[in-house]
Amino acid sequence: MVTSRQDCRTVYVVGVGQVPVGEHWDKSLRDLAVAALRAAVADGGGEAPGALMLGNMLGSTLSEQQHLGALIADWAGFRGIEAASVESACSSGAAALRQGYLAVKSGEHRLVAVLGAEKMTDSVNGLATAGLAMAADAESEAAIGLSFPAINALLMRRYMHEYGPEREDFAAFAMSSHANAVGNPNAMFRKAVSQKACLLAPTIADPVTLMDSAPMADGAAALILADAETAARLGRTGVRIAGSAVATDSLALQDRNELLYLEAVAASTERALAAANRSREDVDFFEVHDAFTIMSILSLEAAGYAPRGEGFRLAQEGVVVRGGRLPICTMGGLKARGHPVGATGVYQAVEAALQLRGAAGDCQVEGARVGLIQNIGGSGATVVTHVLEAE
Amino acid sequence: MALQLPRDWRLQAQRYRLLGAKCRGCGRVVVPIRPVCPGCGSDDVETIKLSGRGEVYSYTVMYKVPDSFERSVPYVVALVRLEEGALISAQITDVEPEEVVVGLPVEVVFRQWRQYGADGHIVYGYKFRPVMPGMAATQ
Ligand SMILES: [Zn+2]
Repeated sequence: MVTSRQDCRTVYVVGVGQVPVGEHWDKSLRDLAVAALRAAVADGGGEAPGALMLGNMLGSTLSEQQHLGALIADWAGFRGIEAASVESACSSGAAALRQGYLAVKSGEHRLVAVLGAEKMTDSVNGLATAGLAMAADAESEAAIGLSFPAINALLMRRYMHEYGPEREDFAAFAMSSHANAVGNPNAMFRKAVSQKACLLAPTIADPVTLMDSAPMADGAAALILADAETAARLGRTGVRIAGSAVATDSLALQDRNELLYLEAVAASTERALAAANRSREDVDFFEVHDAFTIMSILSLEAAGYAPRGEGFRLAQEGVVVRGGRLPICTMGGLKARGHPVGATGVYQAVEAALQLRGAAGDCQVEGARVGLIQNIGGSGATVVTHVLEAE
Repeated sequence: MALQLPRDWRLQAQRYRLLGAKCRGCGRVVVPIRPVCPGCGSDDVETIKLSGRGEVYSYTVMYKVPDSFERSVPYVVALVRLEEGALISAQITDVEPEEVVVGLPVEVVFRQWRQYGADGHIVYGYKFRPVMPGMAATQ
């Protein structure tokens, strides 16, 4: 397809790889990363990439390991290539995808590996919770005792106060993600949940319950990106990245212009769709960052799929569920596929590529041609959005 | 968590006196003080002492808490809308969790935040409590 930026290189997704999301007690951060990366390289035709961009959030805290770019390049059998890791909290994975995309788009590299990897079950006590709180503002939020679920609880409480959704409205989002995960062999929770189970779930930070929040998990996922000539040579031109954008906002909730409007979601969605020459209506499915049910709702509103204060209706009304006008979290989302934080953005991209290849199995969205994927750092401070399209 | 004495020392003024930054360009007030206005980008920003009065804008009750906050469990954390317009995250104290509602009038108090490190280093700072009936006039 000819785009307004035809002078630049087109970036194709030529390989994907992932390990099942879950609790991998017998595997380290590097084991998970190497497995996903080698699977993607094999899927992409077996050639060594020229560079590796790796997304990870908690390696320094939970595995006491930084410097992951060189480590994983070496352990995966690609010693010598360019490699670096990228961190932007829970959006680290998509931030690495963005860097890989730019590396190919610029012409600097022809074949680039993008990897998201996270090992969350190595810690005991509250170390993972403390690590996640680092996505918030250390001096004004973490310092007064706020946890990451509590920050989302502040958003959810205010939303309920202003717009009056019922518990059932939030539950419908969790139920939809769980129903979608049943068909995904790499999902952590392949089990549908009832409305009753959602309504009876224990509270984590009132009003956020266990069923409002995505589980911590181990995982790694990888993509191989290539320019047009390389993709054609490899015979893998089925999926391309049509749009890519990042926008930022304040880390601290107290510094937002409007608490319930995710400005970075609005800006990055707008830019990514514009780059792809697409409108919202062209999108066949949307991988939403459903770390908490309130984040799904605020994301759908800021992305322009619902008026302010109306997004909570979209799951109950069947718009964003399987078979609806805009299916979201088609392979379980963060809630049911699982949320290995720094890997999540790459899982979203792997799943979107599978949908566009028509290889999503029982999760397949029929006729999917255009996929929107969005990975959010913190409670909306970094928002990375990509548009993937089938050729 | 590792002991961070220099940081706790450096942030004392902010934590003890509830300082805000007011933009002379657009008038926006934010907490804590910062050199550039997040609203308009101006660096013509002055440090002001905030009144410490406001109301609860949103809140949550925390049972599963970060290390070094265990002594206070359960506690209420709120976003407080200050009279000057700024929002601030803070614990609500001297109250039962079920008494907190959106819109509750609150005022600042000075309290212990947390205790950590091998020597039990104590960090103090601002919290908010419900305004006592009849007490507002004496503030
Ligand atoms: Zn200003």
